[in-house]
Amino acid sequence: MKLYIKYILINFKSQLEYKTSFILLSIGQFFVPFLVFVSMYMLFKRFNSLDGWSLYEVALCYSIMHMAFSLSECFARGFDSFSSLIKTGSFDRLLVRPQSTVLQVLGSKFEFTRIGRLTQSILVLIYALSNLAISWNIFKVLTLIFMILSGSLIFTGIFILGATLCFWTIEGLEIINVFTDGGREIAQYPLNIYKSWVKKFFTFVIPFSTVNYIPLMSILDKNTYSQVLAMFIPIIGMLFIIPCLIIWNFGIKHYKSTGS
Amino acid sequence: MKQYFSFFKMSMSKGLQYRIAALAGVATQFFFGFTFIMIFEAFYRSSNTPQPISIEQLIQFVWLQQSFLLFVMLWFRDMEIFDKITTGNIAYELCRPTDIYSYWYARLLAQRLSGALLRCFPILIITAFLPAPYGLSFPPTIVHFILFIITLTLGLIIIVAISMLIYISVFYTLSPTGSLLIVSVLGEFLSGLIIPVPLMPPMLKKIVYFFPFRYTSDLPFRIYVGNIDINEATISIFIQLAWIFILIMFGKWWIKRALKKVVVQGG
Repeated sequence: MKLYIKYILINFKSQLEYKTSFILLSIGQFFVPFLVFVSMYMLFKRFNSLDGWSLYEVALCYSIMHMAFSLSECFARGFDSFSSLIKTGSFDRLLVRPQSTVLQVLGSKFEFTRIGRLTQSILVLIYALSNLAISWNIFKVLTLIFMILSGSLIFTGIFILGATLCFWTIEGLEIINVFTDGGREIAQYPLNIYKSWVKKFFTFVIPFSTVNYIPLMSILDKNTYSQVLAMFIPIIGMLFIIPCLIIWNFGIKHYKSTGS
Repeated sequence: MKQYFSFFKMSMSKGLQYRIAALAGVATQFFFGFTFIMIFEAFYRSSNTPQPISIEQLIQFVWLQQSFLLFVMLWFRDMEIFDKITTGNIAYELCRPTDIYSYWYARLLAQRLSGALLRCFPILIITAFLPAPYGLSFPPTIVHFILFIITLTLGLIIIVAISMLIYISVFYTLSPTGSLLIVSVLGEFLSGLIIPVPLMPPMLKKIVYFFPFRYTSDLPFRIYVGNIDINEATISIFIQLAWIFILIMFGKWWIKRALKKVVVQGG
């Protein structure tokens, strides 16, 4: 843990060296999702509702998913850009060090410019919460926090799977974007608006529904589950990371260095 | 002219090498296409008021957009050109007896064309066979189809001219990523890639019509699905030609100015 914090500090300092570039990138990271939200807003102004969901309810869902995504992109960026470690052969260096590979890959890169996206989603969250009349209690607050954590762990899990693929393909594959960017695109709307095969896939294969559907309904008092039960559902989603780590360790055993 | 054509051919055959990447791209675009369609369907389900574009037209619009993504996307970028400017290798480029604007233009055009050729046919063919509301059908008349081809080609010329401006701006900023991200996201928004132009509020629509971006994607695709009539389409062709003239003239003037005071960065 101490080592991890040290990794964070070093990365943070090095990125701040290029101040203008850092600020511009953060602003850019703010605008990309911002325009997506503006589009969502305009669609709601035109169509009024979406399968029984109001703009503010969807905005809540959107802000949670984007927050989870930006956290995971910031802290698990090392896995996202893992193919470059393999290609240059730098991964060999990580293997000989007396620390776990997961920790070292995590520490190899942080993307702090995602603060832009994070800020944007926090603003949307405030906008959504101030317009929704939710009767808050301790369970609901915890549910919300668990949703964000669980979402970012699921995204991290996908990043790890994508990185594991690199052991065989060396080159990073665009197809993994379907599950990261695509997963984010899909999960920013409540899952029940989609066709059933999409719902099933994002429940049983990648458990986004444990984040953006069942607990969301419970926060909005849309279902009859007990609130304590709803609080534990995002935690089930977090378990997704375990098989991902097992597959990662399996991948390492098959790793052949590219030399160089 | 001949030399630029061979630059074009060179980049083209290089681009056609990346077949596996293209296959992965096709799968990705199918996924995103279906996602957008499902979201739009859900919205259309929720409201009874007639919209400026029907859901059937919108579905075709989405598929066209996914097939010709490389024709309309702004962020498609050539890292080599950026590297040349930032590392100073631009000096070699300047020694060549060719016009640098035309050389880069030919190169960027070929990259987009080769990428799009590999991707568009699989998507177009598969979507043509999809069952009724989800498939791609023919445009209402043959005139629409001809106008679609013309506007799509002119649109491609416009988008490459716009991206040339982004490359030239790197002479001044040296670090492309930040400013580029902002410009390309705004450009994509204004060309209707994030929300289709017909679904925008009237005020915003007026603003969008004022910029060149919508003439690259929104115009040709809506002609194809029959959302823009033949009269309006014909007029728009002249607007496209005007934009091409303005953008290329400006680009050529700007690159000349930038090159006059270029400082080769070391190396």
